[in-house]
Amino acid sequence: MKENCILLRYGELALKGKNRTDFENRLIANIRAKLDKFPGVRVTRTYGRLFVEPGDQPVEPILEELQTVFGLVGMSPAIRVDSDWERIKEAAREYVQSRCPDARTFKVTAKRSDKSFPIPSQEMNHRLGGFLLKTVPGLKVDVHRPDLNLHVEVRNTATYIYGNDIPGPGGLPVGVSGRVMLLLSGGIDSPVAGWMALKRGGELHAVHFHSYPYTSERAKQKVVDLAQILTRYAGEIRLHVVPFTEIQTEINKHCDRSYSITVMRRFMLRISEALARKHRALALVTGESLGQVASQTLESMTAINDVTNMPILRPVIGLDKQEIMEISRRIGTYETSILPYEDCCTVFLPKSPKTRPDLQTARDEEARLDVERLVREAVEGTETLVLTERKEDGEEEFSYF
Amino acid sequence: MIYLDNSATTRTHPEVVSVMADVMHNVFGNPSSLHGIGAKSQRLLEQARKRIAGTLSCSPGEIFFTSGGTEANNLAILGTAERWRERGRHVITTMVEHPSVFEAVRRLESKGWKVTWLPVDSTGRVSPDEVEKAITDETVLVSVMHVNNETGAIQPVSEIGRRLERFPRVIFHVDAVQSFGKIPLIPAECRIDLLSASGHKLHGPKGTGFLYIRKGLEIFPIVHGGDQERGIRSGTENVPGIAGLAKAVALAEGKREAFLEQTRRWKREFLRKVTNHLPDVVVNGDPEQDAPYIISLSFPGLKSEVIVHALEREGVYVSSKSACSSKKETPSRILKAMGRTDEEALGGIRISMGLETSEDDLTRAADALIRVIPPLTQVMKVRKQ
Repeated sequence: MKENCILLRYGELALKGKNRTDFENRLIANIRAKLDKFPGVRVTRTYGRLFVEPGDQPVEPILEELQTVFGLVGMSPAIRVDSDWERIKEAAREYVQSRCPDARTFKVTAKRSDKSFPIPSQEMNHRLGGFLLKTVPGLKVDVHRPDLNLHVEVRNTATYIYGNDIPGPGGLPVGVSGRVMLLLSGGIDSPVAGWMALKRGGELHAVHFHSYPYTSERAKQKVVDLAQILTRYAGEIRLHVVPFTEIQTEINKHCDRSYSITVMRRFMLRISEALARKHRALALVTGESLGQVASQTLESMTAINDVTNMPILRPVIGLDKQEIMEISRRIGTYETSILPYEDCCTVFLPKSPKTRPDLQTARDEEARLDVERLVREAVEGTETLVLTERKEDGEEEFSYF
Repeated sequence: MIYLDNSATTRTHPEVVSVMADVMHNVFGNPSSLHGIGAKSQRLLEQARKRIAGTLSCSPGEIFFTSGGTEANNLAILGTAERWRERGRHVITTMVEHPSVFEAVRRLESKGWKVTWLPVDSTGRVSPDEVEKAITDETVLVSVMHVNNETGAIQPVSEIGRRLERFPRVIFHVDAVQSFGKIPLIPAECRIDLLSASGHKLHGPKGTGFLYIRKGLEIFPIVHGGDQERGIRSGTENVPGIAGLAKAVALAEGKREAFLEQTRRWKREFLRKVTNHLPDVVVNGDPEQDAPYIISLSFPGLKSEVIVHALEREGVYVSSKSACSSKKETPSRILKAMGRTDEEALGGIRISMGLETSEDDLTRAADALIRVIPPLTQVMKVRKQ
């Protein structure tokens, strides 16, 4: 018997006890949901190891999908054979010749967890190494920096032969850390912040402030598109679109222009917090990066944070713009983020916003508005879109093609 | 009517026509308009782009719509030359390219660029060795077509791409107008930087096409204006045409494998019959290696045009060399490059199949050819003496 499978590795040491079971269960559920589109593919767990059995499906596209599953540290396409010395040799030769034709140097790393198998690990290294040297021309041993580290794992049920580990995205399985509410603008930073929250195991909801007619349907569509891209990593995302026009008009009418951004941000946080409570999210996530724009100074953050006790996570705080852009390119949000549509942060942008706003002034400015009513109405008027990862060319708007 | 001039153009598929009519009625907005009607057009455009990107396994952002294959080829060549002239001023291409490549490269030549015009062998193929040998420090661009429009010769573009991996600065353009949607070619797998395609060669609308530009590669536009297609090709997008193009691509994809398998069989049978009955016929190219949907024949001593008209009287529509140049009374440049004599090159015809061609079409075309050629041979030979 000989078949292909993929061994999955995950960072199990980070969590112990009951958490570990939750962690594993969530990871398996996430992998299953991700591989749902491939009929016949099975995900199994045996003896503390995760396997994907591709059946008739090609392995490459499955590996590509697995690259978006947080919690996976590595993956190795493997050949599984019965624990029989002749079959093991044959599979090792096949692996080297057909899967790694470019490898010039190799070493064998054998592991025998099934002690009833007659050949000890060290001896297996020698015997397999010798066999490969003899049968594959041009191949040399290099135990320090080999092109190919051929792993042979003899387990109770079968033996697995695999090569170098393909790194996974790392992080924690989405969902193990609880639910968070991402403030999603159309910019470059917030989708990256959302991605980073997902990487730490957050389950994502997103909130977007829409100020029609000051901001267009396209600006909203852009945010929907961004959230849609994030579903690749997140699975399902609920996007809450908040009607923000009245609040912006009110701020513009009654507050000092230099404080309009600060006041607007305070409203955003209040609404986001209310939505977070309503949808049982435990923290807010923003794309704020210290010192990047006027509303991102420490004074500004103080004045804005004032309205909530909820934890605010700022995953990109330690990154500079280049690093954020690099991540956004890698995760596929960059091209969408740079589309030039007005968003609610730029519509009423004053000529000189206060870069070091004073907390008390912000409170005084805001006191001219009916804060409670405005927030309540905005929350009540919020429209929620449920975005799921599109299955191959799923529901398209036009059915022409 | 037996239509066998599909390399010139194809009949627009009825489903393509109805998609286009529907788009013209209902999705008429300018994609650049800010309001919802414009946004709807833009979304349709993006969906079409995505559909087309799917067949090239590339990202939608790598597809730039043009007015067709000629513009795509011009944009690829002139746009690359203008952007990268500082790297050097040397282009490598072949002697058998379509006029839209040939003339664009000649234009560069007239502006002082050095051009290596690579020869082809008797089957119409360029040698990857020669391409590699021609590369110098000055080389900016290599442009080689995928399938030749006159003979169906398939150029070894994947092998050329493999050779070019050692020359990361050399930009590789492939004119895939005659193969797109029929013979799969994935740019990323063959180190192709630029790839041109046209809609009307696969039952889509005329006046549609696109240029694939590898992500990260910069070229300059040749049409300037309102910055549509990210500034690479200004001008309001041909939304109904592009929707029709995407529809045609979707239809072609469904038929592709059967199409290749059938035409291979039909071509073999056609050639067997024709060569049996007409001993003087010359089969151009290498029928087993070339694109199965193009057949190129020469009747030395006869003129292409006469054969075309004789077949037309029998209800069979074929072409003398490529449609774009068939009005000129010169021997085919392509057949000459393959080492054919003037006589052979003047008497060439092309039979090209499309996705709607049937086996019966080929059988009847062969019969017609066998009927019309012998009397023509007699007349022309008399005249020649």
